[in-house]
Amino acid sequence: MMSFSEIETVSKRASKAIGYSWGIAEEIGKSVRILEMFNLPGISTLNQYLKKIKNKHPKKLKNILKINQSDEELCPIYTGVSILDNCNQLEDFNKIKFSNINYPLLIIPFLSRSSEIINKPIQAILDEGKFILNSNKTILTNIEKSNNFKNTKELIIEFGENKNLFTDTEWKELYKLSEDTFVPETDSLKNSAAGAGLTDND
Amino acid sequence: MLSIELRNPENVMKLSRLGSFHQSKLSFLRSFIREFKNWEFNRDIFDLDKSGYGVAVYSVRKNKRVYSLICFSQHINDEERSDRVIATKWDAAFVLHDGVPTKKDIDRLKENVPKQEIGRMSNKELALSRANKSVRIFDHVVNSLSSGKQPDINFINKVGYLYRTTAVYGSGKFGLADRFRIKDREEICGPFRLEMMLVYLVRQFTFDQINHISKMKNPNEFVNLDKKIARNLGIGNSTGLGMAPFIVNHPTLLHQWIYNREKALKEIRSIELVSKKEIEYFKLCLEKSKKNIDNWNTDSNYQNKKINSLKNDLIKFKEYFSKLDFKNKKYLWNEIYLWIEKYLDEECSEYLISMMMEPYDKIIEPLVKNMSADEEKYFNIPSSRKLLDLKKIIENKYKLILNINFNNKKSNTYFWFISKNKEEPRIANRYDEYGSDLEQPLAIARDIKKLYEKILNENLLKTVADFLIYNDDLRHIVRRIFISEKFQYSEIQDNTIGESLIPIDMLRLKLSFFGAQKFDPRSDKWLRICMYQGAPLVNELKNSDDTWIYNSIN
Repeated sequence: MMSFSEIETVSKRASKAIGYSWGIAEEIGKSVRILEMFNLPGISTLNQYLKKIKNKHPKKLKNILKINQSDEELCPIYTGVSILDNCNQLEDFNKIKFSNINYPLLIIPFLSRSSEIINKPIQAILDEGKFILNSNKTILTNIEKSNNFKNTKELIIEFGENKNLFTDTEWKELYKLSEDTFVPETDSLKNSAAGAGLTDND
Repeated sequence: MLSIELRNPENVMKLSRLGSFHQSKLSFLRSFIREFKNWEFNRDIFDLDKSGYGVAVYSVRKNKRVYSLICFSQHINDEERSDRVIATKWDAAFVLHDGVPTKKDIDRLKENVPKQEIGRMSNKELALSRANKSVRIFDHVVNSLSSGKQPDINFINKVGYLYRTTAVYGSGKFGLADRFRIKDREEICGPFRLEMMLVYLVRQFTFDQINHISKMKNPNEFVNLDKKIARNLGIGNSTGLGMAPFIVNHPTLLHQWIYNREKALKEIRSIELVSKKEIEYFKLCLEKSKKNIDNWNTDSNYQNKKINSLKNDLIKFKEYFSKLDFKNKKYLWNEIYLWIEKYLDEECSEYLISMMMEPYDKIIEPLVKNMSADEEKYFNIPSSRKLLDLKKIIENKYKLILNINFNNKKSNTYFWFISKNKEEPRIANRYDEYGSDLEQPLAIARDIKKLYEKILNENLLKTVADFLIYNDDLRHIVRRIFISEKFQYSEIQDNTIGESLIPIDMLRLKLSFFGAQKFDPRSDKWLRICMYQGAPLVNELKNSDDTWIYNSIN
């Protein structure tokens, strides 16, 4: 078994070799490590993508808009780096659409890190299903790991809000139950069980 | 109250000064011994044939935590023995295993550990190493012990060890456990602590093996190696350029090491009243340590000049110190330090700074626990900041580097690369050798200057994110600059590709934090050192004294 340190180093070097700059290659190393740590096929996907772009290095998306339509296939790495660098501004869009993104799995770690920076959950909805990313702590998906993640017609990124998933009633019911661990205060306990005096007008 | 500042990074982080650092109480060998002195050390398996070849297992345990060193020793021919990283066979190979190895583990490791880089470890293994005998010393000791005599102390003291390691690997290399898996263990709080444990246990193996071989050679007359002689033998190490990129590639960690050293100095200089006991302890350590300098043998002109400078400056210091009136003097260490800074060279200045730490466990111990760094935390570039911020950080943190003229050919002499055959860092002349198009991103000074010149032509109110869209060739350097904003000692304030670069200065910096002594450069690109010379033996650890490093055989 390869260590995560080896996974990061080899991904970084291979990406540099294919034509990315050292700084971008560092980001790729970190991303593939994140994918593999979350048990997603990072090495396999990167390997396929680097083979695909070996003879034609992808172009960058210079500016991310609310809707990004492109006849050319978009690079998941440049797009991911761009989202990461601009996530504080992009979250104002609430929702961003991309069409024609290559190997979309490779964009997921950048969204995961962006979620940590803006401290909000992010959802990535692809043709096949979705990923829910929470502060780079969890990556949840309903997509089969065997999916080869080659291309997606549409990727929708939704910046979520930090909100509770339960109703007020559910919270109140549970809170009431938690009160059963408290001791009811008798007059005696009121006088003796806390440090403050009976009057604070002294 | 006197207000003393930390030393300026522009002075501290020059390579000539970093290459003059010495071991200190902060060093990892010494903090390892202090941390593990109350652990139980055992030899669990010792299955060697009469020539000393076979398997041995040593364990270190406390409560439920166990670390085990598994040693594999084998016969190799003299012509196969090489300290260079290109070697493929070694006299012995070692692995540090997390827990107690099963027979299945040992069988698996027997197939892999002797192969080193082309073997495969698992995440149950923590560190990997190999070593070669110092043949002339080893044979002399075996011949002496097997004929009932102790070896010639003067002869073995010229080398100082029976075995020399040629690499110690950790942190995820060749399948070893990643550091994040163990970093929260209390006893592993310092950097390289597992590597230090491995080397310490290897030292014990070398003594046990040599006693065993001597006994097998002549069971009736042999004697065991005298404990006093054993105690003064360490483990040698041959170190090449592999270490140099490490300190460039780990800026936050480098900062932690240097910052804690500088903080120690600042706190010591800030002591208002120095006790007589503290002065006496400093004098004692200084006196004892001089033996290490007298026994520091090297053929390197570069190092001999430094040793001579150290010896001469120590004479000057002794004279100054003997005339000092200590009584009722406030801020004595500060006065001494200012004198040192004014009159002594870097080699002796840094030596005396290490010595000044000796009386102060209370200052040093909290710093030792702070020598690691959470590097991941600072990886993200704060890209919403403006280019103006970036410009100010560069002007503030890299003044010396901005003065370097990179249009001058001499400022660009070298390039760093990774060799294809051994995947190890190397350095070569850019104008004479092939391969500079595959240069590693270690020309930090050059790239900082390039970035600075580029942003001077930009709208400084532009965000870093906008700048990086068109300049991703500078992304790695932008990341570093934001790290250096937070960590003042994270960057070497020198040109690592210039004609005057002495790469072994970078190695010595790292090795001094390891606690190595007797730096013996064999060229400007590799050196030999000795570790644990004078250290207590495993059965002496409990009652050991932290000044063991100054115990010399003569």
